[in-house]
Amino acid sequence: MNKKDWPLWEIFIRSKNGLNHKHVGSLHAADAQMAIENARDVYCRRNEGVSIWVVLSSQIVASDPDEADALYEPAKNKIYRHPTFYEIPKEVGHM
Amino acid sequence: MLSNEELEKEFQAKIDAEIKIEPKDWMPEAYRKTLIRQISQHAHSEVVGMLPEGNWITRAPSLRSKVILLAKVQDEAGHGLYLYSAAETLGVDREDLIEELHTGKAKYSSIFNYPTLTWADIGAIGWLVDGAAIANQVMLCRTSYGPYARAMVRICKEESFHQRQGYEIMLKMAKGTPEQKQMAQDALNRWWWPSLMMFGPPDDKSIHSAQSLKWKIKRQTNDELRQEFIDKTVKQAEYLGLTIPDPHLKWNEERQHYDFGPINWEEFYQVINGNGPCNRQRLKARIKAHEEGAWVREAAIAYAEKKQAKKTAA
Ligand SMILES: [Fe+2]
Ligand SMILES: [Fe+2]
Repeated sequence: MNKKDWPLWEIFIRSKNGLNHKHVGSLHAADAQMAIENARDVYCRRNEGVSIWVVLSSQIVASDPDEADALYEPAKNKIYRHPTFYEIPKEVGHM
Repeated sequence: MLSNEELEKEFQAKIDAEIKIEPKDWMPEAYRKTLIRQISQHAHSEVVGMLPEGNWITRAPSLRSKVILLAKVQDEAGHGLYLYSAAETLGVDREDLIEELHTGKAKYSSIFNYPTLTWADIGAIGWLVDGAAIANQVMLCRTSYGPYARAMVRICKEESFHQRQGYEIMLKMAKGTPEQKQMAQDALNRWWWPSLMMFGPPDDKSIHSAQSLKWKIKRQTNDELRQEFIDKTVKQAEYLGLTIPDPHLKWNEERQHYDFGPINWEEFYQVINGNGPCNRQRLKARIKAHEEGAWVREAAIAYAEKKQAKKTAA
């Protein structure tokens, strides 16, 4: 990284108490405080949020899309994890 | 700076307006403490709850029922994790919470101190124990603390399968040979009353209830939830052709609810205080698993450090 570059931050916004923070995008800032202030200025200009999380993009570890098949394979053939796998007579009500 | 009193007023106003409380929001110390106690007990219950069912994984009557039970028990481990994570947002450490479970300082649901004697018990647990847990957890999806409510939504989505697989087992046994039907009836006889106790003491004896309702940690009382559960369950038992072991159980036209007989609260307190049929066994199994897993946790850390060192050197 060129020493004059500002690092990239990923921005997460909670739109309302009770909801999760949701990833909305990213921005460059010199430090965390500036990242929060800039996030407010670009991502919350219309009351979009009540809380902001900023995380250095370089700190995010992501799964590899090329490995997705292997990664999710264990969940694919386990249809019995779903409620619809079981036949429940409708006489007994919702379960 | 606002005084404590003003802060508390503001806090209650938020609760009254159905605004969720999030980890960084100001909250009364007692609210935080109540949540830590409740969420950690809930987490412990998910984890200890794996033991009675785990007892039957190796002895399930078919490969189909074995993979189902395995998947169900896996889910419960996940529920424990969601809940410990929710508790950790309140500034406590999971390790400390587990320590409290192991020393007996923290409680878990008394239901898991009963033994699973036959395969029908696995059916009865899914149907009744998960059924009762669902009634409680559906209510908690609307609890005032955000992270707890969100964990509950996730859990409730997974629970439906638990109850249905249990009812399916009951259905097979109840429609099976006379011996199988008898096993199903026996399981119902043993699990019915402890399941009703899962909702906790009656409202007039429940020490934390009033404040929890005011803070909307709970949204319904123990007695309301218990009644709801009974009303739902009676027709499910009827469909199975099984008899709920309560001679006082009777539809009350005026109340539009079932009346039911007295619950043996003496038994409940005995079990809560460590004198149930399996209390010692359960705790011993938990501690053993934790201690015997210590080397795995340490090895994983050592391996991670080694990988990191290699990366730094490269
Ligand atoms: Fe669960
Ligand atoms: Fe469950």
